[in-house]
Amino acid sequence: MSDDLYELGDPIADGKVPAGPIEDRWTTRKFEAKQINPANKRKKKIIIIGTGLAGGSAGATLGEAGYHVQQFCFQDSPRRAHSIAAQGGINAAKNYRNDGDSVYRLFYETVKGGDFRSRESNVYRLADISRNIIDQCVAQGVPFAREYGGLLDNRSFGGTQVSRTFYARGQTGQQLLLGAYQALMRQVEAGNVELFPRHEMLDLIMEDGRARGVVVRNLINGEVKNYTADAVVLASGGYGNVYFLSTNAMGSNVTASWRAHRHGALFANPCYTQIHPTCIPVSGDHQSKLTLMSESLRNDGRVWVPKKAKDERRPADIPEDERDYYLERIYPSFGNLVPRDIASRAAKNVCDEGRGVGPGGLGVYLDFSDAIGRLGRDKVEAKYGNLFEMYERITGENPYDTPMRIYPAVHYTMGGLWVDYDLESTVPGLFVIGEANFSDHGANRLGASALMQGLADGYFVLPATINDYIAKNALPPVADTAIAEAQERVNGRIDKLLSIDGDRSVDSFHRELGHIMWEYCGMERTEEGLRKALELIPALREEFWKRVKVTGKGEELNQQLEKAGRVADFLELGELMVIDALHRAESCGGHFRAESQDEEGEAKRDDDAFGYVAAWGWSGEGAKPVLHKETLNFEYVKPTQRSYK
Amino acid sequence: MKLTLRVWRQSDPQDKGKMVEYKLDDISPDASFLEMLDVLNEKLIADGSEPVAFDHDCREGICGMCSLVINGTPHGPERNTTTCQLHMRKFKDGEVIDVEPWRAKAFPVVKDLVVDRSAFDRIIQSGGYITAPTGTAPEAHSTPVPKPDADAAFEAAECIGCGACVAACPNGSAALFLGAKITHLGLMPQGQPERWDRAVSMLDTHDDEGFGGCTNTGECTVACPKGIGLDVIGRLNGDYLKASAGGKKK
Ligand SMILES: Cc1cc2nc3c(=O)[nH]c(=O)nc-3n(C[C@H](O)[C@H](O)[C@H](O)COP(=O)(O)OP(=O)(O)OC[C@H]3O[C@@H](n4cnc5c(N)ncnc54)[C@H](O)[C@@H]3O)c2cc1C
Ligand code: FES
Repeated sequence: MSDDLYELGDPIADGKVPAGPIEDRWTTRKFEAKQINPANKRKKKIIIIGTGLAGGSAGATLGEAGYHVQQFCFQDSPRRAHSIAAQGGINAAKNYRNDGDSVYRLFYETVKGGDFRSRESNVYRLADISRNIIDQCVAQGVPFAREYGGLLDNRSFGGTQVSRTFYARGQTGQQLLLGAYQALMRQVEAGNVELFPRHEMLDLIMEDGRARGVVVRNLINGEVKNYTADAVVLASGGYGNVYFLSTNAMGSNVTASWRAHRHGALFANPCYTQIHPTCIPVSGDHQSKLTLMSESLRNDGRVWVPKKAKDERRPADIPEDERDYYLERIYPSFGNLVPRDIASRAAKNVCDEGRGVGPGGLGVYLDFSDAIGRLGRDKVEAKYGNLFEMYERITGENPYDTPMRIYPAVHYTMGGLWVDYDLESTVPGLFVIGEANFSDHGANRLGASALMQGLADGYFVLPATINDYIAKNALPPVADTAIAEAQERVNGRIDKLLSIDGDRSVDSFHRELGHIMWEYCGMERTEEGLRKALELIPALREEFWKRVKVTGKGEELNQQLEKAGRVADFLELGELMVIDALHRAESCGGHFRAESQDEEGEAKRDDDAFGYVAAWGWSGEGAKPVLHKETLNFEYVKPTQRSYK
Repeated sequence: MKLTLRVWRQSDPQDKGKMVEYKLDDISPDASFLEMLDVLNEKLIADGSEPVAFDHDCREGICGMCSLVINGTPHGPERNTTTCQLHMRKFKDGEVIDVEPWRAKAFPVVKDLVVDRSAFDRIIQSGGYITAPTGTAPEAHSTPVPKPDADAAFEAAECIGCGACVAACPNGSAALFLGAKITHLGLMPQGQPERWDRAVSMLDTHDDEGFGGCTNTGECTVACPKGIGLDVIGRLNGDYLKASAGGKKK
């Protein structure tokens, strides 16, 4: 159908997964990986871009192992990486609740929750390692919630029926990140990690087809510098900000991944975006971001809308029998705890029927009155107090007295650079971890699994595979020409952005792109809408390069220049996301294709036609991207239609 | 809403800097303080002037990146609130608002409202951690932690490292920041082996970085967006005294 939009390339193998029973594959791989003797490790240099859960944990571990690590982030301190904002919790198959949890169950549910679009081998490994993560974090002093007996507490999270989520009130990401950050700081003090905050990676240094370093801009004084290494690790996070409004931190961007993509790193499943059902609705055009209300709220809050369309009454004045607790009604066995894609789309549907509440009718109630009646206000406050406070601060409404209003928002991107079982991209020597890679979540990440993946990659997986690459490859010093070329590319681009001197601000372009993406490549997509987006995005990109106004100079702290570079990359990524969405004429996970639904309006997957990872290659500006397919084989969890009814 | 802003403008660390006045109208009371500054910046760009540089990232009150002194108070007038979570409905129509950077010897101004807080990272580097190499951790349930301790540790660990405590303190002391970390780690059984050395090295680094001494004025806790209490400073002092008496580190 869409071959006017892309070329078909060679299929790709599911690289480096050892054969044998799934329980043994990781042990086998670790055993087969070549080791480097401790004395030599000191001479090996690794560059890490990013200090979130993935990068922070990797830097701490590789530093501890004895490598010389150079680590970069654009914030003023590693502790401020976007991971800090994760609220809800982290999964682990500890079975502390004796509710029948196991590694196999976590594996099974994650594959199913990913709508059979992730790799079994990776997911099994993730589930297995999840247990070590909790041990590690506890040893670092992460103050997880505890029971009175002193043991760790757990709760359940969207999409699961067992209690396997570990948490630290509504600030789990913060506490996990501080644990990794502190471990990283210890390595800085020990001299194993060199830290470069307020530095942004703007390109890769490539030699003989390998990643050999990075070009970065010092954001304080604008100096463009280069660093070379034996291997480069991207831990640069997700690209949800392509939508402008999202729950991501304002600085989150795709630049590191996109620059690597342009050097040959395949970009997998770019259109897989997770929409989170419980965000605070938009209040006006001034809005710069959306705020998530933790999913854990769905454990006690009940979601409803009035039965009647355009019911303007205050929630308290709407009697019980005129309320529609639609999740409990349609999905009786999971109720308010259905997975995120289902909850999000159900909210959109009731709002489309005119039953939404709040400004513009884009909201549904999340009501705690039952929970307050049952548990008492104090208990509810102890569990969710900080979230309630945050809600009140933003909306000016008190959720103890009146139900919260929530609406879905862009939250997480499951797509990212394609990596093999070793977490290496298609550019040799370039490893990608955390949200920046595509690997473990398929089409619909369940709650509490991104933190788990970031830490699994950084603390355990990457440190056991990167040694194999470094040990097996002779990596001579990088030629000056390779460095100069990369530096040239970066300087050229900065000069270009500064010289346009147009009449539209960077933000105005970003907002417009975000609007196109949400409208046509958001929760629900149609062929017609996607085609429309493919007309709008290239035109917007062209306009950007003619009319953008970037104030100031290159040799200074220049936040407009930083943004401009990021938005320029979003403008290219956006188009690829739309092409990916268009070619995938099935509904799966957070990606709902209106043309592909069953009689009951539920998402209809098409395993025969689309049971693969779509990994896209760059073939030059204005040229068609190349689609490489990695076929997904399911030996253990047989694909079935997902049903949460 | 109509507002008059007086904003600190300073092109680089060497520049002397000054307050510059801007007028805004049509600000939504639902906008956050930073969204209001976004509107100002869009306007400045449209007029061909340089937008105001300020630090921010999560805009959810958790990363600790935003840092403005608003009408003389770090993070502005609302208690327990970061600048990014402060909303314009807290101000009056027609109000004149002063916006300045953190002021402290240990936090030099980089540009406009942006300051350098890397001294905080160096304090943590000198001991704000538990030594726990990856892959060797014991089973998590092997060390129970009494719930009251875990809860109190969590409350101290909520510190977002924004530096408001330093900006609020007449002496530019970072005792609250330090105390929060000492308390978090010192309350956990895992933090005991390094407890005494930690107090001594962190406090030494604190002094070397140019932070002032604590004289218990309490301004820090008033400014703290996370409501961290003065008790953490008591704990810091206690641990430091005991450690020095026991001859740790030095
Ligand atoms: C509000 C919110 C709540 C969430 N809650 C949960 C939850 O409860 N459970 C869960 O499992 N997941 C949750 N998530 C998802 C999870 O937080 C993220 O997926 C995860 O933290 C990503 O970690 P990361 O290390 O891959 O990237 P990040 O934490 O985003 O780190 C990216 C790093 O890369 C750096 N960087 C980026 N680009 C460059 C560049 N070009 N040059 C230099 N440095 C660069 C940044 O400075 C930063 O240090 C939540 C997400 C959000 C937004
Ligand atoms: S921007 Fe993160 S705390 Fe304000």
